[in-house]
Amino acid sequence: MKYQKLKKALILLADGTIFHGKAVGKEGSAFGEVCFNTGMTGYQEIFTDPSYYGQLMVTTNAHIGNYGVNNEEVESDSVKIAGLICKNFSYDFSRDAADGSLEDFLNTNNLLAISDVDTRALVAYIRDNGAMNAVISTDVDNIDALKKQLADTPNMNGLELASKVSTKEPYTIGDENASIRISALDIGIKKNILRNLVKRGAYVKVFPYNSKFEDLEAFKPNGYFLSNGPGDPEPLIEAQGVAKEIIKRDLPLFGICLGHQVIALANGISTYKMHNGHRGINHPVKNLITGKGEITSQNHGFAINREETEAHSDVEITHVHLNDNTVAGIKMKSKNVFSVQYHPEASPGPHDSSYLFDEFIKNIQKN
Amino acid sequence: MPKNSKLKSILIIGSGPIVIGQACEFDYSGTQALRSLREDGIETILINSNPATIMTDPSMADHVYLLPLTTKSIVKILKEHPHIDAVLPTMGGQTALNLCIEADEKGIWKDFDVEIIGVNIDAINITEDREKFRELMLDIDIPMAPQATATSYLKGKEIAQEFGFPLIIRASFTLGGAGASFVHKEEDFDELLTRGLEISPIHEVMIDKALIGWKEYELELLRDSNDNVVIICAIENMDPIGIHTGDSITVAPAMTLSDKTYQKMRDMAIHMMRNIGDFAGGCNVQFAVSPDEKEDIIAIEINPRVSRSSALASKATGYPIAKIAAKLALGYHLDELQNQITKSTSALFEPTLDYVIVKIPRWNFDKFEGSDRTLGLQMKSVGEVMGIGRSFQEALHKATQSLEIKRNGLGADGKGYKNYDQIIEKLTNASWDRVFAIYDAIQMGIPLSRIHEITKIDMWFLKQYEELYFIEKEISTFTIDTIQKDLLLEAKQKGYGDRQIAHMLSCLESEVYNKREELGVNRVYKLVDTCAAEFEAKTPYYYSTFESDVETADGKRFADNESIVSDKKKVIVLGSGPNRIGQGIEFDYCCVHGVLAAAECGYETIMINCNPETVSTDFDTADKLYFEPVFWEHIYDIIKHEKPVGVIVQLGGQTALKLAEKLERYGIKILGTSFKALDLAEDRGLFSNMLKENNIPYPEFDIATTADEASAIADVLDFPILVRPSYVLGGQGMKIVINKQELEEHVVSLLARMPGNQLLLDHYLDGAIEAEADAICDGENVYIIGIMEHIEPCGIHSGDSNSLLPPFNLGPLVMQQIIDHTNKIALALNTVGLINIQFAVKDDMVYIIEANPRASRTVPFIAKAYGEPYVNYATKVMLGEKKVTDFNFNPQLKGYAIKQPVFSFNKFHNVNKKLGPEMKSTGESILFIDDLKDDEFYNLYSRRKMYLSK
Repeated sequence: MKYQKLKKALILLADGTIFHGKAVGKEGSAFGEVCFNTGMTGYQEIFTDPSYYGQLMVTTNAHIGNYGVNNEEVESDSVKIAGLICKNFSYDFSRDAADGSLEDFLNTNNLLAISDVDTRALVAYIRDNGAMNAVISTDVDNIDALKKQLADTPNMNGLELASKVSTKEPYTIGDENASIRISALDIGIKKNILRNLVKRGAYVKVFPYNSKFEDLEAFKPNGYFLSNGPGDPEPLIEAQGVAKEIIKRDLPLFGICLGHQVIALANGISTYKMHNGHRGINHPVKNLITGKGEITSQNHGFAINREETEAHSDVEITHVHLNDNTVAGIKMKSKNVFSVQYHPEASPGPHDSSYLFDEFIKNIQKN
Repeated sequence: MPKNSKLKSILIIGSGPIVIGQACEFDYSGTQALRSLREDGIETILINSNPATIMTDPSMADHVYLLPLTTKSIVKILKEHPHIDAVLPTMGGQTALNLCIEADEKGIWKDFDVEIIGVNIDAINITEDREKFRELMLDIDIPMAPQATATSYLKGKEIAQEFGFPLIIRASFTLGGAGASFVHKEEDFDELLTRGLEISPIHEVMIDKALIGWKEYELELLRDSNDNVVIICAIENMDPIGIHTGDSITVAPAMTLSDKTYQKMRDMAIHMMRNIGDFAGGCNVQFAVSPDEKEDIIAIEINPRVSRSSALASKATGYPIAKIAAKLALGYHLDELQNQITKSTSALFEPTLDYVIVKIPRWNFDKFEGSDRTLGLQMKSVGEVMGIGRSFQEALHKATQSLEIKRNGLGADGKGYKNYDQIIEKLTNASWDRVFAIYDAIQMGIPLSRIHEITKIDMWFLKQYEELYFIEKEISTFTIDTIQKDLLLEAKQKGYGDRQIAHMLSCLESEVYNKREELGVNRVYKLVDTCAAEFEAKTPYYYSTFESDVETADGKRFADNESIVSDKKKVIVLGSGPNRIGQGIEFDYCCVHGVLAAAECGYETIMINCNPETVSTDFDTADKLYFEPVFWEHIYDIIKHEKPVGVIVQLGGQTALKLAEKLERYGIKILGTSFKALDLAEDRGLFSNMLKENNIPYPEFDIATTADEASAIADVLDFPILVRPSYVLGGQGMKIVINKQELEEHVVSLLARMPGNQLLLDHYLDGAIEAEADAICDGENVYIIGIMEHIEPCGIHSGDSNSLLPPFNLGPLVMQQIIDHTNKIALALNTVGLINIQFAVKDDMVYIIEANPRASRTVPFIAKAYGEPYVNYATKVMLGEKKVTDFNFNPQLKGYAIKQPVFSFNKFHNVNKKLGPEMKSTGESILFIDDLKDDEFYNLYSRRKMYLSK
């Protein structure tokens, strides 16, 4: 073992700003929308979260990779982010329960990562100038070529991505004899949502993003679930249609994140792209029903319109984000329907909001 | 709501004198709590016997009682303030909690209709009574280590039989792990069990099965009255279970925890806090995690109060725990309060870090000769430092550079251990230097697996060390002319000092500095903002680092720096670094007042310090805080960046003072007394010449550099002789010798410890009375702020003596000499600011022992006793804004004030408790007496004879 000299690398933003760094291993270029996550734990869960599909992830924690990777601690079957930008990358890891190093994991998933970037300056830059497309590359001498390619990368606004991460075929999970049956529409579902439902005694069938309400209904579920996922909710016309059907029939429905936005759209409430979104595991939310606070895991670049929600006759705001007062949760007054913008399944993040799964099960049972 | 409008007047209990395990972190928390309550218009009443604290300043609370921390004092206060609604006992450590419980048991709170806020008594009792705590934990499904209680020797033996060794013994109801020990072998058990039983006030110990090699973590929690709980910080101990957390190197955020295990721990902590009682406030929970694939978590303990770790967590995250905890005690909910750093987001959140902090304790084993220097369950450190960096390595380096133990960081200074057996021994028996020995072991080629096997330190940390060593090796293959920017930047990013790099490149520190300038490897400053830059933060709390470049669209390339320099006139105050015996909280007091006074004069104030326990490093104190080592390289870069009018060195003790020479050399203005004068006072030869010119007597002395010289000098001076090294703190290495054999022994041992030091040999004035004076001088006028007479005779270090303000039996002739000498010396040294002079009085003749033209340990005491803001005045004089004659001095003191030293000997078994010229006390308290007939004074005075008879 000796000193390892790393190759140069950089991240080039769409507005031409460059942050210099080094290549973690693999060489090449990767494109996507740059976003940051402020969590201090749970990098593997973040990298495999389908909601991050197509995004270049800046991790703000000073070190990444310290405890390696574990085959169980994934939120989908592959890495979903488009590239990684970090400060210090740990090639060596330490954890008895680990199955390998983060370096190997990223290589297996063919993911480009760069390190030694002033991630703090980068985050502050995105904070001030908004989320934008970027490229990370080891091709540091060809900035002009990178700029040209970057210009061709599609904008996240209006981008439908659910189709890229959804299951191709329906599948079931849990005990088939369970009394509670849930049909879940996968527009980028995280595994821990399913684990949470199954843990509460549900038998869940997961359907592809473009399934019809009839497909979901055919499972004879007691309740419906709309998952989280990447991209803009607006183009998800089919999913909105499914939501409308469920609402029309007054069936128990729970939505998380992108699913929450789909439910809002189904109610005629519009969504918008946020300046730079919420991504971290320390986001404060207040439950307006109980008056209690909860620390939540969040990951969204779009949000639902607050004024329209307040003005809606059948939708009530149940949760607000305490930092910026954006809508964090809603329920329908006349229906058995509720949703949250954040991630009660955590993974990564605190378990303060897992009660929402209990409420969903209760909603199903009382139906 | 929620603020409880019934609470209008609140009593806060301080933590009393500084002892090991309870230091100035409670001045920080108490000060924050007072500010926080007063913000809400609450009338505050404070009791604390420690005069060297900021919290006891008249400006901090509406009523300050400098009284002994007893229920008698509490009753007196409650009688004088019958309208007190509540008592907040969680800001003053275990001392305050214990006093609160005692008063509760006596029914005092009930009698005066005082509510206890911030904690409840049941919670304290449950967490302090280990058996009850254990039962509760098992009830709520929180695993604990196998443990049993013994209230007798026999029962203890029985338990040991059952558990087998190694075992841990912990005494119930004690502080800082007093009476706790690790028992590896059966032979040691009897003695340690007996000691534990004796030290426990209820004669009870808990015996735990030892969890060898388990990793240790701490979580800092806040809960409001609506039962919202947030985790402010997770701290990982680099040293695994077995070393008291106060003696462990700790790191935040946790470095080696997966989200799965961390969240499980978080759930457990919240569950525990909710179950020990219903209260709003802070709480600290300690856990152990098995290092195997099971990652089992067990609870170790929970403290329902603000603690040393919460002070660290506040500084580590920027989230002011005590300040918020005080608001929560008033009834506020977390979601009603603002994040104090961003001023725009909610206080109900969990801080996230984009940097790493490393805390290293500071020990003072040299003061406790014969003490066991091995670290264990009982805390032995007297202070701590914190390093902040953008990587663990940088933070670790900055912390080691902050310690002031003549090391420049890890490795690369030629001071490492080179002997295999010695290194193995240092790794095995952890002591103050294990943090360095790990590096030495890697350098020697000892495999990491072996180091891990011995120390049980997580491999991740060891790998980080190894990487540092690889860089040192790589750099050593270059010269100052051939080294490239990338490698130099990387070394700086990993925290290597210029001095260390100079050592690797075999060149001068200044050459490395110049090379950095040439290549553009410059220090930048980043903000501690609680949110990893997600939100804009306004609070000016900075640390330095080195970063890769940013390049703007129009081609500007630079490293991003967040510390924007204003065009105001600025002054930098150098802090006093880690607390240690001889340099403690008093200097933090002085620094804070220096900052406040400079601000009053319209300066932008800049504080540099690395001690997380202090008020000076509270981001609310100075206009700008640089949490940085008080180490030349870091200071110089800040000075170059900020371009202050000048630097104040005379408030930060020896730490700041010893940088004066270099400041002078680099042409940086020292505010107040010049370096030349500082040096003159320190140089015994020059100083004596000055005294001679002014006809001021001093004990005969000479300077020796060898034992031979010392022996020759002894023939002239006559015994007894006081031997001391020059440029030391708190009388380190001072000893009175009575014959040539003792003289030789001491001289040889001093020169072995401090090669090349000049030793001062004074004729010791046997049986003399010691007195001291503090004064403010503007170069033309002198005002003596106080003269104190020691009760113990000359020869006991002034810091260890009981002393009276004003003197109790010095005649007018003697007093006049003291006044005259003080005036003459202050002027002769061209003092601008504070000066402290120590005198020996024998046969009505006053001799000068030493003069220190700087803030002394006694200044806060005198300020408190007379109720006058002397440091404020002195600072204005230093700045040249005021003359001594501009102030309207009006000291108020009825009777006398006694400064009483407090010792921490109970933390050191088998240590010689004899007092002498080397300071050993860790803290002090103040006692006011009306006249000399007071019992307390009589007791102290009669003990004086004990010393005299020796």
